[in-house]
Amino acid sequence: MAEAVGRYYSQQDDEKPTGFRLDPKWIIIGVCVVTVAWLALVPLVFLVWQSFLTPQTASVAAQYTLENYRTAYLSAETARLLFTSVRYALGTAVFALALGTFLAWMNERTNTPFKSLFFALALIPLVIPGILFVVAWIMLASPKIGLLNLIVHRWLGFDFVPFNVYSLSGMIWVDGLHYSPMAFLLLTAAFRSMDPSLEESAMMSGASVWQIAYRITLRLAWPAMVASFLILFVRAIESFEVPALLGLPVGIEVYTSSIYLAINQYPSKIGLASSYAVTLLLITSAGIYFQSILSGHSNRYTTVTGKGFRPRQLDLGKWRYATAAFFIVYFMLVVLLPFLVLLWSSLQKYYSVPTLAALQHLTLDPYRHIMSYPAFLTSVKNSLFLSVGTATLVMLVTSVIAWIVVKTKIPGRWMLDSLTSLPLVFPGLVLGLSIMVFYLNVPIGIYGTIWIMFIAYVTRFMPYGLRYNLTSMMQIHKELEESAAMSGASWSLTFRRIILPLLKPGLLAGWIYIMIVSIRELSSSILLYSPGSEVVSIMIWELWQNGQYVELSALGVMLITFLFFVVMLAQYVGKKFGVADA
Amino acid sequence: MLRVQSLNTEYPNDKGGVVKAAQDVSFEVPEGKLFTLLGPSGCGKTTTLRSIAGLEKPTSGEIDLDGQVIYSSSKGVFVAPNKRNFGMVFQSYAIWPHMNVYQNTVFPLEVGKKKISKTDMRDRVMRVLNAVALDHLADREATKLSGGQQQRLALARALVMEPRLLLLDEPLSNLDAKLRERMRFELKRLQRELKLTTIYVTHDQSEALALSHEIAVMNEGRVVQIGAPRDIYERPKNKFVADFVGTTNFIDAKVLDVDAGGGQCKVSTRIGDMTVACESGTSRNDMILVSVRPEDVELSDAPLSPDTEYNVCSGMVDAKVFLGEYLDFQVKVGDTMVLAKGHPSLRTPVGDPIHMRMKTDKCIAIPADGRA
Repeated sequence: MAEAVGRYYSQQDDEKPTGFRLDPKWIIIGVCVVTVAWLALVPLVFLVWQSFLTPQTASVAAQYTLENYRTAYLSAETARLLFTSVRYALGTAVFALALGTFLAWMNERTNTPFKSLFFALALIPLVIPGILFVVAWIMLASPKIGLLNLIVHRWLGFDFVPFNVYSLSGMIWVDGLHYSPMAFLLLTAAFRSMDPSLEESAMMSGASVWQIAYRITLRLAWPAMVASFLILFVRAIESFEVPALLGLPVGIEVYTSSIYLAINQYPSKIGLASSYAVTLLLITSAGIYFQSILSGHSNRYTTVTGKGFRPRQLDLGKWRYATAAFFIVYFMLVVLLPFLVLLWSSLQKYYSVPTLAALQHLTLDPYRHIMSYPAFLTSVKNSLFLSVGTATLVMLVTSVIAWIVVKTKIPGRWMLDSLTSLPLVFPGLVLGLSIMVFYLNVPIGIYGTIWIMFIAYVTRFMPYGLRYNLTSMMQIHKELEESAAMSGASWSLTFRRIILPLLKPGLLAGWIYIMIVSIRELSSSILLYSPGSEVVSIMIWELWQNGQYVELSALGVMLITFLFFVVMLAQYVGKKFGVADA
Repeated sequence: MLRVQSLNTEYPNDKGGVVKAAQDVSFEVPEGKLFTLLGPSGCGKTTTLRSIAGLEKPTSGEIDLDGQVIYSSSKGVFVAPNKRNFGMVFQSYAIWPHMNVYQNTVFPLEVGKKKISKTDMRDRVMRVLNAVALDHLADREATKLSGGQQQRLALARALVMEPRLLLLDEPLSNLDAKLRERMRFELKRLQRELKLTTIYVTHDQSEALALSHEIAVMNEGRVVQIGAPRDIYERPKNKFVADFVGTTNFIDAKVLDVDAGGGQCKVSTRIGDMTVACESGTSRNDMILVSVRPEDVELSDAPLSPDTEYNVCSGMVDAKVFLGEYLDFQVKVGDTMVLAKGHPSLRTPVGDPIHMRMKTDKCIAIPADGRA
């Protein structure tokens, strides 16, 4: 008996070196790795290569040159461009961070009334696409037609213009407001993971509420704040909608809008755009690099210890009405006013400011118009296809990547992690540019089709998918897989029947997130679309360029409503899933 | 003297209901004494402590210290926790990771109402760090301390403000067994030296017995017995206390006769008739429980003759476990199992008959279930 078992094992051992069969495991892993490497590396290499070339025309072939960098770095404009970009990004990041930190502290650590409602409300701005937010704020605070300005003018009788979005401070205001929910979420997580007894012990030591907030809470949240600041800085410096819509009309240029200008002039200066893009890449890479270093070093501040007791909230006394009022004002600025002004304008024949007279002329015409456009159906179909397709492919591919990174001992797997995360440093516009350049030069027939946008979206959102999958993968115990293997399941069967179902909540959350950001995507699409492959966000962009404000508003209202219901549905489904899985 | 009167604290739970964490809790702690709240997790001991600290707002009751009311529902008084000047050590120690040892300790002095000069601060901090043997580590990062050092730092921080009351929330539960025992003595010495009125929360009965002047045993939000450690151990008032504090045998019994003078009664049990210590108010035919600690059951190979001071019975060794210092015996009397501790020299094999005697005043009558 023992002999027979021994023979069985030795046979198995013998088989390995001789009969190497191509295991489906390796095919799947191989395909995923190659896909990721292709997506992450190709655009980067091409971008750098392109930045050393002169423009190619019908008669003259491209030549190697340093001219682009000379123009990009040595012209007098350069210093100003860098200065403006950094000032803009710094301002936006600081403003968003200050706002987000205060709101998060208020929500997590104080007895401000109606907090749970606030938390739900504070997430709503995340579904408003950037371009709509900017357009709404133009309607609210442009010097000529801005509602807020008109109120000051007509009702209060002042004859100066208090608000002007077409300025650097206006840009910082709009973008900072737009990114503040993100800061709020990042800081909320930081405050939640803090041991409440750290504050309670300060309280018992006799410290006042403000002493605790300043000397304990804020200091403990400091690493999270610096990390969030870097993320926000990178986001701000790569943001496109605000600089394009608010900066360009008054000649305030930052890197993203300069790249756009360089391409959208005739003949387009792809080389110059590329060298700007490389500079921008260096800045974002530095930001992301420092941020990852900081997260790696944050162990010192890991503060979750001891037993979980219901955290006692700081009693703000009568100040709590002030904090509640602050939130209401914030919510109005970020959600209510922008949405209402869009709604108002979507019910007008021609855009006009709200008056009693205009109230007589409410109409649904813009909705009728927009739906009768042939491009409407195409772009809705394209957007849906792209968002669902991107979300599905990204989540599946990154689940395999996450498995390799977390569960295997394959040497160099950290490289796979970095490779998949590499697109994080690509601003959307830069990614669009490099993909455009590559598929212009490598004609495999996807340039000008929807597939080139698909590639851009998958590349751009791959890092987010990986984060979602890594987090849930780490929670799956190795033994669950091993017991499936012991039961006789093959690797692909184990992956399909054990790993994927266990990942389900994370997969679903990531899928929904990627779907939403895909629908909102503008800055990569803007360089890649062509007639027939428009998406909804591009359609909004074009309506803006054509001055069709009421139709734009109608489309915007429908889009925001749709995204809002997707999120509601997601939360509902998530809750049901959560219960079923627990 | 701290006085807690009919304290009730409740809070909403996740499902929107109300958890009655402390119900009608009353006790008094004389000046300079160490008072322990003992009970299983979820019994309301931590809530009671946090209510005294002011971190939890009670729903009703009154708390006063040396005559000053710090909380009273009827008078509408609630002194904010940062105005109470109570030192507190948290279970997690709550050492601020962004400060070093000195900065952690000096914090209460810096934020306090009283203005203290820098040199005075330094003196006071170094004195208290000296008392907990951390003075040589004053400049060390707080996160670089070992568990025991963090615990002492938390204590130093609570002591530096010269608190009117010291609150300790399971301060030893995060330490390993050896260290816990050492810190237990350390803590006791410090408390006795400083004569600081102290409230100590723990679920560890041996810790409570070792440290306290007085113990309140809590269960399901209520205080079930208050007494000196010896009283609690030797004279448990009900089944919960007898069971929670130490190990014991419970034997169902029926009262046959009550002795008028000596607080004794005769009962009939399944291991024979016994004389037991009982409370006044016990009457004939009451159904009770008799509690006997295993160490109060004396074992012998030879038959024992009945005695007025002892209850005697015989059984058979069902199982035994050698534990070095003593042997754990399970003795079967009829179909009742009795636990006993035997001297290691006792070598009666399993299955052999064995004889037991229990001092009558170590056999305690407690109310049967439902009369707690």
